Amino acid sequence: MKLLSALLSGILFGAGLAVSQMTNPAKVQAFLDVAGAWDPSLACVMGAALVVSSIAVWIARRRPQALLGEPFQIPAPAAPDLRLIAGAGLFGVGWGLGGFCPGPALAGLATGVPAVWVFSASMLAGVLSYRGVLRVASKRGFRG
Amino acid sequence: MTEFTPVSATVGGFMIGTAAGLLLLLRGRIAGISGILGRALTQPLGEGGWRLAFLVGLPLGAAAVSRVAGGLAVEVAASTPVLVAAGLLVGFGTQLGSGCTSGHGVCGIARGSKRSITATLVFMGSAAATVFVVRHLLGVRP
Repeated sequence: MKLLSALLSGILFGAGLAVSQMTNPAKVQAFLDVAGAWDPSLACVMGAALVVSSIAVWIARRRPQALLGEPFQIPAPAAPDLRLIAGAGLFGVGWGLGGFCPGPALAGLATGVPAVWVFSASMLAGVLSYRGVLRVASKRGFRG
Repeated sequence: MTEFTPVSATVGGFMIGTAAGLLLLLRGRIAGISGILGRALTQPLGEGGWRLAFLVGLPLGAAAVSRVAGGLAVEVAASTPVLVAAGLLVGFGTQLGSGCTSGHGVCGIARGSKRSITATLVFMGSAAATVFVVRHLLGVRP
């Protein structure tokens, strides 16, 4: 039941990305191109998603635990730091260059378009390289 | 150039929000793709098996829509070397910044998280600036 609920959530998430055409990088880049022929569709996607997820958060805050009996694992509020800003900045450059963010890149694998696989493989390499940097940094006494 | 598609965008957005809401209410987890991906790759299975199940669901859901709609448009303007660089930046940046469009943009903002609001403004800004430089300063047209 626990695995199934995660699978169903993933399927619905991937289907939503496909319906909203966020799996098409041209659509994403057209949203980001505010000085060109701007396509505001992505704002509708995010706005609609936020309406529903905000309701879910509102319900979650009034419950002691999740419906399948596990505790809510929600990050504690904290102030933005340099790491967050640097990471978000780098992510944005990659997002603008390719038109893919992680969800659409993985969902788009279903299309079999080689470029999506090239992007997703590189993204996995990027994730793993971060873990590698973290390992080296912690060996040298820095804290992740 | 793409057309503004408010109806499909809103319907898809509701589906995404519902998916994130289900994961939160049923499992108590945040539907942040980059966080789920990073931990799925580096933590042992077992307790974390749900992460793989969620990730496998993403292309399954897209495949189902593709089947009903008779295919999905994927128009890629970037060359292969640019795609590789973009993928590395997205992979590394989302781990360093603890989130992406889903974790910060959809789930974090819904909680009113200052970190997520900041991250979303930063990555939207840097992405728009990147597209501006590529398309309008370097003149690379899709």
